[in-house]
Amino acid sequence: MLETSSTDGASADSTLSAHGLSRAFGATRAVDGVELELRRGEVLGLLGPNGAGKTTTMQMLTGNLAPSSGSISICGIDLLERPAAAKARLGYLPEIPPLYKELRVDEYLRLAARLHRVPPARAMQALEQAKTRCGLEEMGRRLIGTLSKGYQQRVGIAQAIIHMPDVVILDEPTVGLDPNQIREIRTLIRELSDSHSVILSTHILPEVEAVCDRVQILHRGRIVYNDRIEGLRQFRGAPALLLNFRHAPALDELAGIPGVGQVQRTPDGMFRVERDATLDPTDMLVQTAVTRGWGLTHLAPERATLEDVFVQLTQQDAALGVEAAAA
Amino acid sequence: MIRLIAMKELRLLFASPLAWVVLAFLQLIFAWVFLSQLQTYLEVQQQIALQPGAPGVTEVVVAPLFATATIVLLMVVPLLSMRLVAEERRAQTLPFLMSSPVSITQIVLGKYLALMLVLVLAIGLILLMALSLYAAGRLDLGLLAANALGLLLMAGSFAAVGLYLSCLTAQPLLAAVGTFAVLLGLWLINISTRDPQSLLHLLSLLRHFENFSKGIIAIPDLAYYLVLIALFLLLSIRRLDGDRLRA
Repeated sequence: MLETSSTDGASADSTLSAHGLSRAFGATRAVDGVELELRRGEVLGLLGPNGAGKTTTMQMLTGNLAPSSGSISICGIDLLERPAAAKARLGYLPEIPPLYKELRVDEYLRLAARLHRVPPARAMQALEQAKTRCGLEEMGRRLIGTLSKGYQQRVGIAQAIIHMPDVVILDEPTVGLDPNQIREIRTLIRELSDSHSVILSTHILPEVEAVCDRVQILHRGRIVYNDRIEGLRQFRGAPALLLNFRHAPALDELAGIPGVGQVQRTPDGMFRVERDATLDPTDMLVQTAVTRGWGLTHLAPERATLEDVFVQLTQQDAALGVEAAAA
Repeated sequence: MIRLIAMKELRLLFASPLAWVVLAFLQLIFAWVFLSQLQTYLEVQQQIALQPGAPGVTEVVVAPLFATATIVLLMVVPLLSMRLVAEERRAQTLPFLMSSPVSITQIVLGKYLALMLVLVLAIGLILLMALSLYAAGRLDLGLLAANALGLLLMAGSFAAVGLYLSCLTAQPLLAAVGTFAVLLGLWLINISTRDPQSLLHLLSLLRHFENFSKGIIAIPDLAYYLVLIALFLLLSIRRLDGDRLRA
């Protein structure tokens, strides 16, 4: 498979592009002017809180929902004008895996392959390959309805990749899975990016950091952020530290330690310590806690949630808006 | 592609016991009607045999069998058609078909074809029963063919209506009840009409079968069933396409 540097904007390696994508439900605009560009071998994370328009966007990208306005093309084929040709290059796992519970795994996957125009001669090979990639080798004869949630999710992913589509679109693929399964699915998604472009929607930030190359954040139907994953890390800045002690010191004592910025008490009694960009106060904090007998019980970097980044983003947005209005 | 969809539907249909039970039930009723009509014929055969223009075995046995079959199918087709789309909506499997390179027309035709194959099987069994009389005597093949064609068109209309109503809801049972109501409505639409010129006669499902039952294949009757089938298939396509547009 062709792997080109994804920094240049050449359209030759663009597998999916959507321009000015909008969708209104009655008076509400669920998706408003969304721009998407996906390059070969790239994993794009589509983030947003519930109701931001992620699912609606994905439904439009896969031809399940007609956009009110805007254009979508997959490998240069217009989805609205030539839906069949475009959809043949697309694999989609909706939020709820579309599984026929009465069919066997093999039957279902073979149907998926044939519907996606895999020639009969190659269907068998495609089936075996998809099952191997999704860890379903032992499950071929089982009825889908008797599989556990995790395996059903894998069957859902298998049907999305069995025809080796150029673009794979996964809507919250790890929801409802146990931690082991989540890790397996993430590994699988990383593997997929070797040969497919992937769009992944989620509202879990660590998931995006684990698998995505690029992030777009949706808020009320608009893209409010679009950057490579490194950019997101910078955006969040150095994380604060959360500490707890058996014998709590005064806030001033903590603030006096070099490298410590602002100190706050969190509602659940922890100390939230912001750190300087230049100096990491962690070692110093531990030493001081030991020598002064505070009884350190908890020390961990604060995990920024999507919500934090999101609040930051939307607030910055508002601030920019004010500046623009003033200027 | 239509064939693939049809095969999938057939597999799902026969994965549940419903289709098997329904087919067995149909066969039981048809065999029972067939045998009782045959007995009637054997009883009266001696007396009417000498009269000129007396009704033959085809009129006495086959025509009533097919007439009964129309009513039985009216009750049974809604059960077979109810899951076609409503079940996909309920289980949220429609995106599987919608995001594959298959047009909505192909999806609708595939589903319709699957249901028709089941009905053709049931009608075929009736036809075989009727043809078994051939071993014992002369059979009016023209009358038999007209009856079979009429029944096929009637069943095709039932199936098209059933498919459309299944597109309207996410609850299979609701689709079945709705289909039954609509079909019964079309069946009885002219029941209280005294005026023989009334337009309501034109709409009646039953009325258009009468000619077939007598062995007459007339263009207006053919056209009625074909238009009905095409209309409800088109409505189904529009309805499914509407999902994409409206949602």
